[in-house]
This record gives sequence, structure tokens and C-alpha cells, in this order.
Amino acid sequence: MTIEEVAKLARLARIEISEEEKAEFVANFDSILAYVDIIKKATVEGIKPEIGELRNVMREDENPYEGGTFTDKILNQAPATQDKFVKVRKIL
Amino acid sequence: MIDLKNLTIEKAHEAMKAGEYTSRQLTQAYLDVIAEKNKNIFAFIEVFDDALVQADAADAVFKSGKATLLTGIPFGTKDNILIEGKHASAASGILVPYISTYDATVIKLLKEQGAVFLGRTNMDDSAMGSSTQTSYYGITKNPHDESRVPGGSSGGSAAAVASDMSLVALGTETCGSVRQPAALCGLVGLKPTYGALSRNGLIAMGNSLDQAAPMTKTVRESEIIFQTLSKYDPMDSTSVSEELRITNYELQKGSTPSKKIGIPRSFFAKGLDNEVEKNFNESVEKLKNAGYEIVDLEMPDLEYSLAVYYIIMPAEVSTNLSRFDGIRYGLSLDGKDLLEVYEKSRGTGFGKEVRRRILLGTYILSHGYYDAYYNKAVLLRDKITREIKKAFESVDFIMTPTTPTPAFKIGEKMDDPVAMYLCDIFAAPANLSGIPAIAIPSGETASGLPLSVQFISPHWGESSLFEIGKKFETLR
Repeated sequence: MTIEEVAKLARLARIEISEEEKAEFVANFDSILAYVDIIKKATVEGIKPEIGELRNVMREDENPYEGGTFTDKILNQAPATQDKFVKVRKIL
Repeated sequence: MIDLKNLTIEKAHEAMKAGEYTSRQLTQAYLDVIAEKNKNIFAFIEVFDDALVQADAADAVFKSGKATLLTGIPFGTKDNILIEGKHASAASGILVPYISTYDATVIKLLKEQGAVFLGRTNMDDSAMGSSTQTSYYGITKNPHDESRVPGGSSGGSAAAVASDMSLVALGTETCGSVRQPAALCGLVGLKPTYGALSRNGLIAMGNSLDQAAPMTKTVRESEIIFQTLSKYDPMDSTSVSEELRITNYELQKGSTPSKKIGIPRSFFAKGLDNEVEKNFNESVEKLKNAGYEIVDLEMPDLEYSLAVYYIIMPAEVSTNLSRFDGIRYGLSLDGKDLLEVYEKSRGTGFGKEVRRRILLGTYILSHGYYDAYYNKAVLLRDKITREIKKAFESVDFIMTPTTPTPAFKIGEKMDDPVAMYLCDIFAAPANLSGIPAIAIPSGETASGLPLSVQFISPHWGESSLFEIGKKFETLR
């Protein structure tokens, strides 16, 4: 693993990390990947993930709550709001 | 003075029923211990200001004659379990401002029984760690030796019960996060069958692995909490329906008493602390003398468990934690555009271990590596599960030490992630395969540190774990 690869992963994961930490993570990932690499010697021929009997676990989409029941409660947790909206930086 | 050290749920219940003391007095007794010890041990991040109000409500239930075993019983709850109107942060900087908008199902069930919530307990940041040293709020110390860690990630829950700051506690497990701190603090920790307790309202880490889990001084208390919380929940799509859960185990086992214990010695022989090994062998000997049949098991695929876990878990973590974006709730740091808001909020809010695991998961799931890591790990997980199921065709329990070593020093293993990950090596098989396991104190080291063994049973075999656990408590 290289510094550039770690920087790319950080960009993909939307996480700002310092140059110092990138270098540290390079070393960490090398040792973690060296550890998990033992799975390479395991054989999985003939193994297919066992899938049990399939059944629907989703409820029917019916009897909705009245609009606005939870709006204030949830909006109260948003860092920035305006009227009944969550406020974000301009996207376009 | 209430004897908190030897107090159990049933003793407290009988005393409150007989009017020897009220839940308010019991709750106050724990609050007094918290006031005395928490500054140093730091088991609780926050003590709820309405604990005595909750206790008063419980006392009213006692007066009405409708009290159940958990009415008025003080609980510590891990900081990743939502209680409506209270802060819940998973001890992560990114959730410090967050206030729960609803009750987790396990909390709802405890509220129905009139349990008293004392406060939220400390944990590793986002439940990632085995020592409660990565918490945003600070480290928790082991009450048995304050220079040592309590284990983790549910270290605050363990330290709270072990130091009599709470009668019992709830933690959560993704890979040993209740069993390991229970072991390091001399407590009983149960990892229930995956799908037994609802995950609704737990701050998710690895969805296919997470379970809420009781932490108690005795096996009987673990049983009481498990029986209260083990219920089908339509709010959790992986909760198992009642008809599927009851019959499953009974059909497998019939009504013969469970007496045969298998020991996969080659799985745990490497790197075992001498005192842990000696204590484990003595524990096996005691069970043998009590009439249990002990057999050796060869389970070669268990060797891969922790590696498989360290692929599947970061993959799920990187996916799960994408919801923390600085937009809808939690910490938000401003930036010049939306992307910078994400990057700054997440970069600052998540602790180092969390950042490390999200990036690792991103790598494992990225194009070109997905097959070699994630897909292979999923297949191996299935192979490990089959090997475990096969073992249970010939034995009733699998037994191992709970951890390779007793509690280690604060500061140790912090700059070596792999050394820290290895703390949970014996925990991984149960989380990967969804089977239940219970960690039970089995003695102590020469210097007085708790030691522990774990019993593992087939899916839905909790009742047999409680049975052997209670027996083991009389033998040790």
C-alpha cells in the first residue's frame, strides 16, 4: 500500500486525514492485510453461501403516520435547518 | 446499608417486595457509589438526572402489586443504545451532540418492566476496540487493577457492574465486545444467538454480527435479562420470528441432558497465557469430575475466524458509517462546499481507529480487491459455520478460554492494531456463525486478575448455556 492509495481511500470515504496519519495507515494496513492474508491458503471449493428459506421480512407499506408527526423531533437533530428543511451547502 | 457487592436481581427484587428498601433507596445507593468511584474508574459517561424519578415510578409499581423481576432494577446502558430524549454517541466525537429520537426495542422492553436507567456507559469509539481506550470521552479503568484496561468495547458496562456502580448492565457485541470485558472484569457476559435480541435502536457497527448483550455478576441474572429481551421485533428485519426460534434447538437436541463438551485445542493453543491455560485445564478437570464428558475436537477452519472477521466487519463498518455525514444529525463542521463538510465532519468526528477501519473497509470493497477479500471471506464464513454445526452433531457444548490473556496494561497494544485485534480471537467464531456463547468467571491469576472460560452452544441453545453456566458456578 502507498500514501497515494491511502489518500484515494480517504477521498472515497469522504474523510479528511493528515499527511502524518496517511503514513501511519500505510504501515497499519500492511500489517493488517498481512494478517488477513491467511485466508488465501484456505480452500472454499464447493462452498456456496447457504441461503435459508426466503421470506418477506418487510412490512406492507400501509397505514402511514400522519405527515409531520416526527418532523420537528428529527429536524431538531439536524445541524442546520431553515423552515422545515435541512440546510446544506450549495450542491450545483 | 445494602450489600451491593453480593446483590443480584432476585435478591433486590425480594427485598423491594418485602419492603426492606425501595427502588429509590437502591438507586440512590448506586448513585452514591458512582459519586465516589466514577471520577476515577470512569465507567459512566453521563449519569441521568431522572434516575430517582424512574425509581419512584418503579416503587409505585411495587405498591400496585404488579412488579416483575426487573422492576426497579438499576441498569447501566452502553452509549450506543438509544433511550429517547437522552444523548447517545457510541462514545464517538461525530455523535456528541446527538439526542435519541426514539427508544431502542431492548430499552422499550426494559421500560415496560420498570427498569431504572442510571446512565450511559463508556465504550470504545463506535464500538471499535477491545480496551475502552479509544472513547472520545476518555479511558475506563479496570476496577480489579486500575493500571489495567477493563476490556472493550463494552468496558464501561463491565467496569460499572464490577465496581458496584450498577447492579447489571447492557452492552453490545460485534466480536466479543461483551464477553471479553466480562472476562477481564470477572463477570458473566452472554452473546445471544444472532436474531434473538432486536438490533432496532442500537447504533450499528457490523449489521450481520451485532447483538445487544447482558453483563451481570451471575448466570441467573443473565438468564433473566435474556428472557425479557429475547423477542421477535418487526422493526429489525433480521429478528427471528417466535415459531422459528423455539423449535429450532429443541428439535436438534431432544430432551436428553447436555453433558458432552468438545474442546478445539489446536484453535486456541497458540499464544495462550500460562495462567489462562492452567486455569482452563483446571476448569475442564472440574467439569469432568462433575460428570461431563470431555472430547477433543479438530476444527481446522476456526483458525481463519478472526481474519474473516477483519474483512467482513470493516466492509460493513465502511458502509454503515457512511450515514454520519454532518448533515442530518451529529457533528457538523463547515466547509466551502458539501464535499468539504463531509470530509471535515467525518475526519474530525471519527476517532483514529474508526477512520482506520472505514478506510480498510473501503479498500476491501474496492474494485480489484472485492473478490480476493470480501467474497472469499463470505464463503469462508459459511465454511466455518458448517464446521461448527458439524461439531455440534457430536457434542452439546464447545468450550474455550474467553480471552488469551487476563486484563492488560493501559496503553498497551495501542500502536499495534493487529495485537489489539487478537484479543478477540476466541470470540470470532460465535459472531460469524450467529451461535450463542457465554463467558463465565473461572478464577483468578496469582495477582488477582479475573480469568474466564466460555461455553458455546448451537443456535438458540441459550437455555443449555444457562444450565451449564449455573453448574459451573458451583464448581469453580
